[in-house]
Amino acid sequence: MIWVGIIVTAVGCYALKLGGLSVPDRVLTRPLTQRVALLIPPALLGALIAVQVLADGQRLVIDARLAGLGAAVVLLLLRAPFLVVVAGAALTAAVLRLL
Amino acid sequence: MPRSVVADSLGVGVATGAYGVSFGALATTSGLDVWQACALSLLVFTGASQFAFVGVIAAGGAPLAGAATSILLGSRNLFYGIGLAPVLRLRGWRRVVGAQIVIDESTAMALGQRDRDDARLAFRLTGWSIFVLWNLMTLAGALAGTAIGDPRTFGLDAAVGGAFLALLWPRLTAVPQRVVAVVGAAVATGLVPFTAAGLPIILGGAVAVCVGLLLRAPDASHRATPAERAEGQVGRKEERP
Repeated sequence: MIWVGIIVTAVGCYALKLGGLSVPDRVLTRPLTQRVALLIPPALLGALIAVQVLADGQRLVIDARLAGLGAAVVLLLLRAPFLVVVAGAALTAAVLRLL
Repeated sequence: MPRSVVADSLGVGVATGAYGVSFGALATTSGLDVWQACALSLLVFTGASQFAFVGVIAAGGAPLAGAATSILLGSRNLFYGIGLAPVLRLRGWRRVVGAQIVIDESTAMALGQRDRDDARLAFRLTGWSIFVLWNLMTLAGALAGTAIGDPRTFGLDAAVGGAFLALLWPRLTAVPQRVVAVVGAAVATGLVPFTAAGLPIILGGAVAVCVGLLLRAPDASHRATPAERAEGQVGRKEERP
């Protein structure tokens, strides 16, 4: 039965991925679609950051991840390159957890 | 700057793929065998959905209940696909194969690029590097159970948050984008305690997009400039500083 669940999940999740990529061109060139497409990245990135940094399952927690994000903000203000920002966030969190 | 695109994409790929070890370990300690853990990573390949499936099984739920939860969480990939379609313009077998790597990180990396070629490169490199590493690490984690350490020890969870912020940062130069990002974050945070994992992201993003549309609707006199339309075509706004 677990295999049935795995196959159903796989088919469903793949269909959703393919479905998004398969929305027809004439829908994509509508002005409304273009405005929405322009707004989707900052909207989803904002939501992703918040959940990635603050959520632990269904609980909101403040831990080393938030310090890591703070370090990322400082590095971005200093115009550090992307990988330096990412490594700085990881290092900050790792060091805090060692203490 | 293809070289930085390559480095950035592989960096995110390594940081994210390493998480496969925690999934593999969690899956086998929840009652799945090694093959089932690996099948989930190969065939489902979207982290939150995989964790949700295993979570339901671990809690004694039916496999089909696990599947329903998992697919619901996977619905955000539909919207990622809609955002990616005008940028990637995949056709035929490329779309059929590429669809499997439509996930959080590949979408974020692709939409963070300046032009279409960079976006395609970032999508492929991020997606496939995660796919390879995620599956290898799932196998390792499933075999080793909980013997392998927690990736959090190395701050990899914070690294992903930092990466998303670095992608968002260059887009915050205009007011609508700032408002939309803050609304998305606030709504998602507020929903975390009340909804299943994965839903806050899609709901927060949806509410933020609606707010963004309302912001611009009253100003009918403002038509997008040709440059803005071109940027809209590739799903991209401000350039990096």
